[in-house]
Amino acid sequence: MKSPRTVAIAGLAAFAMVGALAACSAGGGDDSGKTELRVATFPPGADAAAYDAFAEQEAQFEKANPDIDIIGVEYEWEGPTFAVQLAGGSLPDVFTVPFTDSKTLLENGQLMDVTDEVEELGYADKFNPIILDAVKDGDRIYGFPRQAYAMGLHYNRTLFEQAGLDPDSPPTTWDEIRKAAKTISEKTGKAGFMEMTQNNTGGWQLVAASAARGGSIQEDNGDGTYTSTIANDATKAALEFLHDLRWEDNSLGSNFLLDWGTINQEFAAGNIGMYSSGSDVYTALVRDFSLNPDDYGLTVVPVENGGGTLGGGDIAVVSPTVDDATKAAAVTWIDWFYMQKLLDEDAAVLDAKTLTESGQAIGTPLLPVLDRETYEESLTWIEPYINVPRDQMTPFTDGIWEQTPVGEPKGKTQEIYALLDTVVQAVLTDQNADIDALLEAADVDAQALLDE
Amino acid sequence: MTLSTKHQAPTEGDPVPRPASGPMVPAPPARRPRTRNLRTWVRGGGLSTLVFLAPMLIVFTVFSWSPIVQSVIMSLQETNLLDAPTWVGLDNFVHVLNDPLLGTAILNTLYFALLALLFGFPLPIVVAVLMSEVRRAKGFYSALAYLPVVVPPVVAVLLWKVFYDASPTGLFNTILGWVGIPPQPWLQSSATAMPSLVLEATWAAAGGSIIIYLAALLSVPPELYDAAEVDGASIWNKIWHVTLPQLRGILFIMLILQVIATAQVFLEPFLFTGGGPNNATVTILLLIYRYAFQNSLGGDYGEATALSVMLAIVLALLSWLYFKLTERWSTS
Repeated sequence: MKSPRTVAIAGLAAFAMVGALAACSAGGGDDSGKTELRVATFPPGADAAAYDAFAEQEAQFEKANPDIDIIGVEYEWEGPTFAVQLAGGSLPDVFTVPFTDSKTLLENGQLMDVTDEVEELGYADKFNPIILDAVKDGDRIYGFPRQAYAMGLHYNRTLFEQAGLDPDSPPTTWDEIRKAAKTISEKTGKAGFMEMTQNNTGGWQLVAASAARGGSIQEDNGDGTYTSTIANDATKAALEFLHDLRWEDNSLGSNFLLDWGTINQEFAAGNIGMYSSGSDVYTALVRDFSLNPDDYGLTVVPVENGGGTLGGGDIAVVSPTVDDATKAAAVTWIDWFYMQKLLDEDAAVLDAKTLTESGQAIGTPLLPVLDRETYEESLTWIEPYINVPRDQMTPFTDGIWEQTPVGEPKGKTQEIYALLDTVVQAVLTDQNADIDALLEAADVDAQALLDE
Repeated sequence: MTLSTKHQAPTEGDPVPRPASGPMVPAPPARRPRTRNLRTWVRGGGLSTLVFLAPMLIVFTVFSWSPIVQSVIMSLQETNLLDAPTWVGLDNFVHVLNDPLLGTAILNTLYFALLALLFGFPLPIVVAVLMSEVRRAKGFYSALAYLPVVVPPVVAVLLWKVFYDASPTGLFNTILGWVGIPPQPWLQSSATAMPSLVLEATWAAAGGSIIIYLAALLSVPPELYDAAEVDGASIWNKIWHVTLPQLRGILFIMLILQVIATAQVFLEPFLFTGGGPNNATVTILLLIYRYAFQNSLGGDYGEATALSVMLAIVLALLSWLYFKLTERWSTS
């Protein structure tokens, strides 16, 4: 029992254990004297070619900046795990967050102040002021707006053809969308139109549909308080539209528990005629969901009654916990990786060339984060490399400039989106859902959140 | 150290203050017993026990006990995990108790537990009794029954999500169509979502219970069946008057374990429906998850831990009840 051998084995076991635990905490240091910078790459599940392209860009950057060692980290913006990753130190040093969350992160002190760096780089004045507003607190800047989108109506050209519809002239009003959805559903057996409903995307899409009909779900009182205006005619009309497609036309398919990822999956699989989502989703559809480019079509979401198209986007930010050397490296990376291709011809061409060689999407329709002229000029620089079927997106690229961009609501955005998820789900799963009562209840709950 | 004090106390009384010149003071007489005791403890295997125990103690402290204590502390705080937390007393508990969704979550959880009890509890017993009657290929049937347990839970749920396709061409709806039953909405309706979750959960868990019941059935003395047969009992009588009473203990344990497990149901509503449609499948654990993570840009970790603490108390009471009752059974 207590022979020296037993004790020796026990001792070894303990040392092995302690050693293993110590090994877990090791790492992080870099013997070469380089600054290690952990940067966000792609959501988990991106194809291997995307990583090849990134490795190439990493090599280009490290050649130009030999004192910085880039470490790519798989990353997907997810509200649920963000705060935990931040507290646990597993967040990359450079990552992107949507506009909607930047205000909250700012208020929580979860973003690094980069005002001096933005000014030093010299393009503080070039940003679209509406977009820059998303990353400002007073006159301090907390991130680099790097990409913006407007809501678009994505449609499957093959299903349009099978249903006898012309894929080159997609619907331009909500009534036409309803008719097309019904036809597709009847002729092909697929869902004519589909709507996101889960993980706050139901609320996001309802707010977009409401904005397109001239509605707004909250008023900014200008003093840091907000008044909820969810129970309005435009939001009601948006819900009635969904109700009619679901219960009168039966053209919404049979899955009413979809979010951003699953609706993309269904669309890429050819099960959806039309759906509304950000105009930049094509890149993900091809890269992460294997969409057949020939199937793809994009047009603008119809606007009526003085409505506009809900826009959004994301910003590149630096983790608030990094030291000065890492921060400097982070800004250098953001400038090189995200910003220069918007401003500089050589950088744009190099980026486009590298990405095209790995078969990544180039030329996905966006909204300019700088000014429209710079954006359109940048498209001419990379024209030879554009590989997305932009001729299948002309209804959008021609029509978007005539629409007024509308920003997302600012007060408790994600919480209110979550409340509205339930409303959308109720309308789609309960034929007798009382839309007025649902909106009134959501309005009260939203106001309670805003008053917290 | 504690050993030595114990033994020194009766012989030495209060320790005498020592002068600074330590080496001049003779060694206290209790020194020998102390070293002997330590040696005895080491010789008795104390050291190797401690060394073998240490990894487990460290792992439990770091990964179980410390998070439990921290959760209780966090339930009284407001924190975003980055800035210093502030103490808010019982505010989190008050907030949670005033949340209109809490009632829905409790009712949904009870509904899940009730359905799981109605369908999930008797099924494995029936199957186990039937299987124990099988003469040939017993192992094959056991393996077949246990197979779903081998499938990773997340894979099983995703698989069933496909089966539950609510269109007329979905797998289950096609099968129903063969016998003239119209397509069902499964997960896509508030009325049928929860029963659909229970159906999958029962399928996934039944295998484990069946194996346990089969083992218990083997322990029923065959003489009892022989005696019943002599008395002219039918098969049904034998099951009712011999098998079930003999399984009473294990049945009760399985019942309590199932109640505790169903109170913590999370995986199915999280993966199948996300709590929808229209909050029809929001359970207590899903609500805790939502507090902490759904809108976690400022994360209500305080509220999440407050609800966790309340759930833990209820479950602790259930476990206590379980121990009390099984104690009585094991002694009887």
